[in-house]
Amino acid sequence: MEAYRPPTERTRFAVAGARANVAAVLGSQPRGDVIRNNVFAGLLGLAVLIALAGLAALLAQAVVEGAPALGTNLITEPPSTIDTANAGFRPALIGSLMMIAFVIVLIVPLGVGAAIYLEEYADNTRWWNRLIELNIQNLAAVPSIIYGILGLGFIVRGPLDLGFILLAGAITLALLVLPVVIIASREAIRAVPPSIREGSLALGATRWQTTRRQVLPAAIPGVATGVILAVSRAIGETAPLLLVGATVFVTFDPTPLGANGYSALPVQIFQYATRPQEEFQTMAAAGIVLMLVVLLAMNSGAIWLRNRYEQKW
Amino acid sequence: MEATSIGAGGPGRRPRLEAPSRRWGERAIQGLLALCAVLSVVTTTAIVISLVGPTIGFFQDVSLGEFFSTEWFPTFEPPQFGVLDIVAGTVNVTLWGMLFAIPIGLAAAIYLSEYASPRVRKVIKPILEILAGIPTVAIGFFAASFVIPIVQDVWPGGFLGGAEKPFFALAAGLGIGLMIVPIIASISEDAMSAVPRGLREGAYAMGATKAKVALRVVFPAALSGIVASIVLGVSRALGETMIVVLAAGSTPNFTLNPVESIQAITSFIATTATGDIAQGSVTYESVFAAGTVLFVMTLAMNMISIRLVRRYREVYE
Amino acid sequence: MTQEHPSIAIAAQARGHHAPPMSREKVFEIEDLSVHYGDKPAVKNIGMDILHKNITALIGPSGCGKSTLIRCLNRMNDLIPSARVDGRLLYHGEDLYGPNVDPIQVRKLIGMVFQKPNPFPKSIYDNIAFGPRIVGMAGDMDEIVEGALRRAAIWDEVKDRLNDNAFGMSGGQQQRLCIARCIAVEPDVILMDEPCSALDPISTGKIEDLMTELKEDYSIVIVTHNMQQAARVSDMTAFLIVELTADERERWGEIVEYDETEKIFTNPSDQRTEDYVTGKVG
Repeated sequence: MEAYRPPTERTRFAVAGARANVAAVLGSQPRGDVIRNNVFAGLLGLAVLIALAGLAALLAQAVVEGAPALGTNLITEPPSTIDTANAGFRPALIGSLMMIAFVIVLIVPLGVGAAIYLEEYADNTRWWNRLIELNIQNLAAVPSIIYGILGLGFIVRGPLDLGFILLAGAITLALLVLPVVIIASREAIRAVPPSIREGSLALGATRWQTTRRQVLPAAIPGVATGVILAVSRAIGETAPLLLVGATVFVTFDPTPLGANGYSALPVQIFQYATRPQEEFQTMAAAGIVLMLVVLLAMNSGAIWLRNRYEQKW
Repeated sequence: MEATSIGAGGPGRRPRLEAPSRRWGERAIQGLLALCAVLSVVTTTAIVISLVGPTIGFFQDVSLGEFFSTEWFPTFEPPQFGVLDIVAGTVNVTLWGMLFAIPIGLAAAIYLSEYASPRVRKVIKPILEILAGIPTVAIGFFAASFVIPIVQDVWPGGFLGGAEKPFFALAAGLGIGLMIVPIIASISEDAMSAVPRGLREGAYAMGATKAKVALRVVFPAALSGIVASIVLGVSRALGETMIVVLAAGSTPNFTLNPVESIQAITSFIATTATGDIAQGSVTYESVFAAGTVLFVMTLAMNMISIRLVRRYREVYE
Repeated sequence: MTQEHPSIAIAAQARGHHAPPMSREKVFEIEDLSVHYGDKPAVKNIGMDILHKNITALIGPSGCGKSTLIRCLNRMNDLIPSARVDGRLLYHGEDLYGPNVDPIQVRKLIGMVFQKPNPFPKSIYDNIAFGPRIVGMAGDMDEIVEGALRRAAIWDEVKDRLNDNAFGMSGGQQQRLCIARCIAVEPDVILMDEPCSALDPISTGKIEDLMTELKEDYSIVIVTHNMQQAARVSDMTAFLIVELTADERERWGEIVEYDETEKIFTNPSDQRTEDYVTGKVG
């Protein structure tokens, strides 16, 4: 290291020149700059406020409009077009919960399995593995209604031919959110440092022993967060379910294979929302509040999980 | 503790280097995992098949010329299949949605990446995530029952024919915009945060204001990521169903007028496929033909956005 | 006459005086070995015999392929898809890259300790027990764990907190835990890839003492950039150097000299070795 030498006259002169030059290039009115900077900052803040206000208005409107119908009957009573004062979402809520159970059973092994394959086994220089990867990225952005068409063509009719049953809806939703699980699980698996794998493999562990005993346990919080995210997306999805049979106005508790129809929370909300009468609008708003409460609970769970178990490397 | 003497240790004893078993289990597991990954390709293939099959049937009854024209009335007698009506409806709501979402989303991204203190960011980012997680049926309800009356109140009289319709494109557009804001904000913010500190510090060292650094240094450097976020937003807007069904009406209408009632491709599919139509009829097949158009539109957008994201990742990671 | 670096020479001689008679049994016989990553060579023309129950050091400037070479010895290079190994590499007379050889079986016999301590994010106990469990070792697990920790000279420090997470240990303790983890599966050879480069001098000293103890039972190969360490602990030393093509497009490592450590540090036969060990280059 060279010892510090005080700047010579020439250096100081050169620095001053450079500064002046820069000032000229970047605009020489510092006052105007400051004002413009503040206006700009203000506009940015305003934009953020508009977005937040939109969210706040949405929540407030649902609560205010749904207020008359908020009560335990929302979860204990079936819907009704006659006795709207006591109507609820019971079959739809049960339908949603059942579907979620199936969705979880399907997406956890399939999504985590695909993520493990892509992160731990696949050789990225092979075209087919890159194809799978690109394909998953694409699937993540396919419109949900297209999944409805898939469900209608392949699951309700066609190869699987299940008919308009709850299970068909669950499979459709599972396929819809599978890319979310895969992408989140891959990130969680990738976050486990390679040195952990090396340490395990160097002991004579096989690839699967390493994955199963070292990588997966360390990645579980991230995987679980991804699964919850996917499930919350599945809870709110409406469009694909409209195509695979969740359209009947169901007043009884659904069963997974029951052929006489099923419903889901967002579909029931939609059915109320399309009726212009005030009491149905109230029910729709109350249903939205109910659905948001369910989602809020799930997402808080995800955040808690992330903070509690996240592995710091 | 005695000294170890595993097979390899002693002189004259040959170590066993062969696998003790064929490890069939290990191979079976790898096969199963690969199968999980291949399922995604199967899904895509199934989507394409379920769209293309009926679409081919559709084009045996309807000419390409008729399809790519206006007047979309598949359930009328005689039916008309000019898909541009509902394409225009989709473009209409997407246009107004993006006009709302792009400035708000980008401003939020710049604010979060360049201006917000870590504490503010810690509050605002989760709120935007909440917004991103609101089911679209809720946003659609909000657009129909809250946005529409407000727009009708503030709309300047007979401008563009006046906001008289009970449902119109602008309401759905604003709802979609609200849905897209967090997408644009989070991906753009990601791209801006990936811009190396050195670039910013170089500009700050020359006395540039934050606004100048944000607009002239960070923004251009993050441009491919920003464009990717917008393209992805467009893709989501094109494919959104519930907001459009609930707030934009159901009248096929070849217009970009924000206060007209329109029908988008998605809302056509949702309303027609759930109605009573005979499987195999041209009307039934028109659902799939419209779906194919939508799929191709969003696929193009997705490919562009994947390319762009990859580019900015390559540059800075 | 060689101008030796005094402290290194003294270290080498001091160790030489107390060294047990060297075993001449060969663990590895390497002939004309080369490794490529894709089409880029990493090491070429490697030939050396590594002796049983000895400490063999690989030294040389950075980029000379020391780590690549040591990773050939337990087939860790197999994990890099683009890596290709050519030449002959015998382990106790068996071709290590033979068609029926299972890399997993190889790694059970030839353990490895890495540059950065890499304990598993589990308890100290589970870190040690993992290896014996997966290889299906018979016997009482508590005894196996205790035995491994004792032999790694870390038992007294951790015996009261076996269920604590290994991430709570100091770097030096973590590295000794990794050595214990390695010997818990009772390997034949221990490979150490710059095991002390992330550690302070006191922890380094402990690990060097440990290595000297362990060579009673194990053959040890150590990569180190620290010449004094090589001089202090090893019996045999190989000096590698970076070779370049004329246009400097390709670079790879080659062995310049391989001999008894004392000779390498006091009386090397190659000028380049001498320049390196006396600190003229490097």
